[in-house]
Amino acid sequence: MSDKKPERRDFLFTASYAVGAVGVAAVVWPLVDQMNPDASVKALASTEVDVSSVKPGNTITVLWRGKPVFIRRRTQDEISEAKSVKMEDLKHPERDEDRAKDPQWLVMLGVCTHLGCVPLNDKGDYDGWFCPCHGSHYDTSGRIRKGPAPLNMEVPKYEFVNANTIKIG
Amino acid sequence: MKNFIKLFSILVLFFFTITQSNSAEKIDYLKTDWSFKGLFGKFDRGSLQRGYQVYTEVCAACHSMKYLSYRNLGEEGGPEFSEAETKAIAASFEVTDGPNADGEMFERPAKLSDKFVMPYENVKAAQAANGGAYPPDMSVLVKARGGGVDYIYSLLQGYEEVPSGMTLDEGVHYNKYMYGNKIRMSAPLSEDIVEYGDGTKATVEQMSKDVTTFLMWAAEPHLEARHQMGFKAIVYLIILTILVYFSMKKIWSRVESEV
Amino acid sequence: MSDHEYVPSSKFGKWFNDRLPLLTLASHLTDYPTPKNLNYWWTFGGILTFCLITQIVTGLTLAMHYIAHADMAFESVEHIMRDVNYGWLIRYIHANGASMFFLAVYIHIFRSLFYGSYKSPREIIWIIGIIIYLLMMAAAFMGYVLPWGQMSFWGATVITNLFSAIPLVGEGIVTWLWGGYSVDNPTLTRFFTLHYLIPFLILGLVVLHIWALHVPGNNNPIGIDVKKPSKDTVPFHPYIVIKDGFALLMFMIVFAFFVFYSPNILGHADNYIEANPMVTPAHIVPEWYLLPFYAILRSVPDKLLGVVAMLSAILILAALPWLDTSKIRSAVFRPLYKQFYWILVADVLILGYMGAMPAEGLYLLIARVATAYYFLHFLVILPVLGFKEKTIPVPLSITEPILGGSPNLAMAKNKESLDK
Repeated sequence: MSDKKPERRDFLFTASYAVGAVGVAAVVWPLVDQMNPDASVKALASTEVDVSSVKPGNTITVLWRGKPVFIRRRTQDEISEAKSVKMEDLKHPERDEDRAKDPQWLVMLGVCTHLGCVPLNDKGDYDGWFCPCHGSHYDTSGRIRKGPAPLNMEVPKYEFVNANTIKIG
Repeated sequence: MKNFIKLFSILVLFFFTITQSNSAEKIDYLKTDWSFKGLFGKFDRGSLQRGYQVYTEVCAACHSMKYLSYRNLGEEGGPEFSEAETKAIAASFEVTDGPNADGEMFERPAKLSDKFVMPYENVKAAQAANGGAYPPDMSVLVKARGGGVDYIYSLLQGYEEVPSGMTLDEGVHYNKYMYGNKIRMSAPLSEDIVEYGDGTKATVEQMSKDVTTFLMWAAEPHLEARHQMGFKAIVYLIILTILVYFSMKKIWSRVESEV
Repeated sequence: MSDHEYVPSSKFGKWFNDRLPLLTLASHLTDYPTPKNLNYWWTFGGILTFCLITQIVTGLTLAMHYIAHADMAFESVEHIMRDVNYGWLIRYIHANGASMFFLAVYIHIFRSLFYGSYKSPREIIWIIGIIIYLLMMAAAFMGYVLPWGQMSFWGATVITNLFSAIPLVGEGIVTWLWGGYSVDNPTLTRFFTLHYLIPFLILGLVVLHIWALHVPGNNNPIGIDVKKPSKDTVPFHPYIVIKDGFALLMFMIVFAFFVFYSPNILGHADNYIEANPMVTPAHIVPEWYLLPFYAILRSVPDKLLGVVAMLSAILILAALPWLDTSKIRSAVFRPLYKQFYWILVADVLILGYMGAMPAEGLYLLIARVATAYYFLHFLVILPVLGFKEKTIPVPLSITEPILGGSPNLAMAKNKESLDK
């Protein structure tokens, strides 16, 4: 038995295994991907909201991607209060300007960053929101000030498509 | 090996005879070239877009297509209208949404995510408006008829004079290709009933072909992806089969003699 | 059972194996002595295992999106076909996979019929196989109902109505099956549950089927008992693994042609029409793999007897090891039986064809003759043949005729050319 024989035999087997493995991967991918959001879900990825009836000091809650989104039209006092907070006092430092491009409008996911409950509006020690599940307090910019939540309420991607309509997502 | 080939060919023959007998009676349908048939079949985009126009302007008055969404018109493998065109098409239809904050339902222009608007609220309303006959939903119509695209294509051109000796009830028409020859739908297509945006002459034959192509896509929106994947899958399997075949021969050569 | 104790090479392996001997099992499976003269008809067991796993995996992923409610079932299937990522692919694999599963099982069964694999000492393997086959038919029937098309609905109506043929309790049983006064939502939801359950019952039975097989070992084309291990056998791995792999790939090419290029050719167009209790399709037909039994059912004018005939046609197979009185296993050495075997194959194909035709006129006559012949084959021809047939002398071993020194050498060479 020359040296060539085992070499060629090994190559054949290695090649078979390699080509076979490609096939296995090609089969596995669709089975995994079918659990990813399907086309009809992805089509609902963004929502347009008419905010023309929201007066200063009022908040509306809309459903986006299955979760509540708070849209608050803030009063001047709320805006000044938000802007005057020092970064050192924040567990999750974020400037109000970075959270509300137009300071009059605060748009954020109404989901407590602790364990996912929906915080209550106009409650808590910081004139913002209070989460009754484990006692997290959020300020007028939706930032965590007291309690177990680690992060500020998330601000999703949004834009004003016209003066009265916000497109979220 | 010979036995295997014999059995395999019997089985293939068997399968095909079975499938023939399941379809409609032996009728020679009108034939045309369908661009989407065959191993490398693809849809003709222009035909799909024209077909959509025929569907919307002629058929949609009575036939719903409830499993399609407006966004499908812009997706890969279909008519592939641009996003702007698709949004405009959607916005030209009104859908019912709600309830709003007052608890009422309201009308609004359709979005890409909405399903195709139906001409009638429900099946009974459709029947009532069409002399008791329900104009079938067209989402999978091509697959729901044994003759498939050839049948639909032929039927649209198959309206003829009632043969002597046959009398038809009020509102019933004679069609050469309809199963049973009697059809409640009057001939839907006539020359130039639609003015094609791309300037193609709207003959009955042309419209029949375009709308049938559109219906084929509506029933099988992933046809092109399926054909492409199929080609790759079969080439891959053939390659792997050859490699495994030689591996098998190599391994079995260790056995002195095969009986 | 095994000649030597398997000792795992790693310490962890030894520790684990002492507590749950999976590694010993694995070594038994790889070393399992298999006759080396098996031909390609023997690869369908492995192919069937692949089919079962394919159906379970695709079924599971479909079940993540399918809605088992009469108002939403059809739409949910369209949602899968249009919106779910690769949904169309998984659905077409599952639907065509059922056909491929039955194609493979029929070849597997007919292999056993030809080579006498059902004969002693393999009767229990055979009977477990019949039970698996029955469960396959139940699963396939219920699975076909799930899309809630016209054929789904009316096929369910026709077949469940059969139970009313049972005297006294028939009507009650049908109502109980339906969960109502006709096939409707309660029927659909329970069919979904049972359709999901049965493949796992089949999986368990397949384990028993293979376990029972490993006691005597595989049959082989010349039907003689083989000493294991010996010069007549090869270890399952790699010889049979690679051969099964090759056959499986060929099978997958056929499968791929259906899935990617003709995914609806084995189905029925009427099932793309939503179920309508007010309108019955012109011809109600089951899927192709149930057609022979459908033909037998319709051959008998009496409702109850038709059902009895249909069930007997399957159950009679369970009695086969005792109906076939021949001492010789393989048809290779039974020239008369071989002829009757091929006539049976033709008979079953004819029954299948008749099942797709309207049950009237010439079609009905042929179906009746074919049904009668089917029972004649098992109840009369086989028992008589065992006694009357003059068989060809069987070689003493697989390798022995080739190495010479046996009067059966010429016979064995002749058999070789017959077998290919």
